[in-house]
Amino acid sequence: MSLLAFSLVLFAICLLAGLLGSLLGLGGGIIVVPALTLLFHVDIRLAIGASIISVIATSSGAAAAYVRERITNLRVGMFLEIGTTLGAVTGAYVAGLVSGRVLYIIFAAVLGYSALRMFAGRTQGEGHHDVPPDALADRLRLHSSYYDPAEAREISYRVTRTPVGLGLMYVAGMMSGLLGIGSGALKVPAMDLAMRLPMKVSTATSNFMIGVTAAASAGVYFLRGDVNPYIAAPVAAGVLVGATVGSRLLPKLHSQAIRAIFVAVLLFIAVDMFVKGLA
Amino acid sequence: MTGTEISAALATVGAPSLPDEDERVRRTEVAISLVLRIGVVVSLLVVVAGVIDGMVRSPAERTSATLGHSLISRGATFPHSFGSLFTGLGHGDPASIVAAGLLLLVLTPVLRVAVSILTFAYQRDAVFVVVTAFVLAVLIASFFLGTAGG
Repeated sequence: MSLLAFSLVLFAICLLAGLLGSLLGLGGGIIVVPALTLLFHVDIRLAIGASIISVIATSSGAAAAYVRERITNLRVGMFLEIGTTLGAVTGAYVAGLVSGRVLYIIFAAVLGYSALRMFAGRTQGEGHHDVPPDALADRLRLHSSYYDPAEAREISYRVTRTPVGLGLMYVAGMMSGLLGIGSGALKVPAMDLAMRLPMKVSTATSNFMIGVTAAASAGVYFLRGDVNPYIAAPVAAGVLVGATVGSRLLPKLHSQAIRAIFVAVLLFIAVDMFVKGLA
Repeated sequence: MTGTEISAALATVGAPSLPDEDERVRRTEVAISLVLRIGVVVSLLVVVAGVIDGMVRSPAERTSATLGHSLISRGATFPHSFGSLFTGLGHGDPASIVAAGLLLLVLTPVLRVAVSILTFAYQRDAVFVVVTAFVLAVLIASFFLGTAGG
């Protein structure tokens, strides 16, 4: 295969991965890594190195929209990035120490979890009432409000269990650095369930944080020689274009039947990755 | 309704967003984000230029049958340190141009964090200046700490 053909096929596959990722509300990374390893037989570390670059491209490209929506809680995001960046550096180091087979198995577990969680659906609650007091959240002035167009009013919310959230973010960052994914599926519950941020705020803030998290592990991958320019370039460009087109032109998939099909496909891929890890 | 309330209400009608502190910060953030989006486009252009340069310059090598294996396996034949990157750029090496473009892309969120420090300093928010500076320190350190394994 010539470099041109390789680049074009890779670009096309990653465009589809980015499109599918944005349709499902998952990142592109979690689909790109299986595509590269299972379809192209790319070494999983190179796949992860390319994927982490694509995560940054997508996040930086879309960041303006998340801030403009006035839903993102910038203070919460910046504070929790202490956890995600430290976790991402840890994850990137661990990825260099464990074998490729371990990476396949962890990836399979996170992919399976993300797929199931996506199917469980998302409750669009307008916030939680009577949250327990949290001195750290008060001190950092994390409480905020956002405008909900559906209800046509400003909804204020209080943030709680900030230390627990920070700890969970360390884990989310570690998975991001270890597997080259945005790990939004781990960041959102940390804010939604633990810190009691409204679902919409959690999702927007998670999307805002993903690029900074990914940047913290990209340097380690680059220095280790796992960012192959000729793989990372078409992958980053493909995912970026796919995700942009997906978020602009296509509405999110709300049909439970179609979601069920995709969840089945993702679970199948997860099993495939798991088997590859055992082989 | 007092006169000031009416004029405040009119001001809100005229401007879609509230002119309070939060809104000013948010506008700054949107502006930063737009600049970073331009950064993404510029770095991708550098990447594409490098890829095309690579294809034009050595088509024979690039179409060889061994290419496939060398692309999907580890064992770097491309720059993966700042030293080799700058040397490669000096020679106009296509792989180095692509890698430089990708590194520019990686720097976009780092730059965003750096600018946020200034935003918080402008608000005289000492705690968040420290928080953001710490995040920036972790990001910068990640490029110099080493690799662990290989």
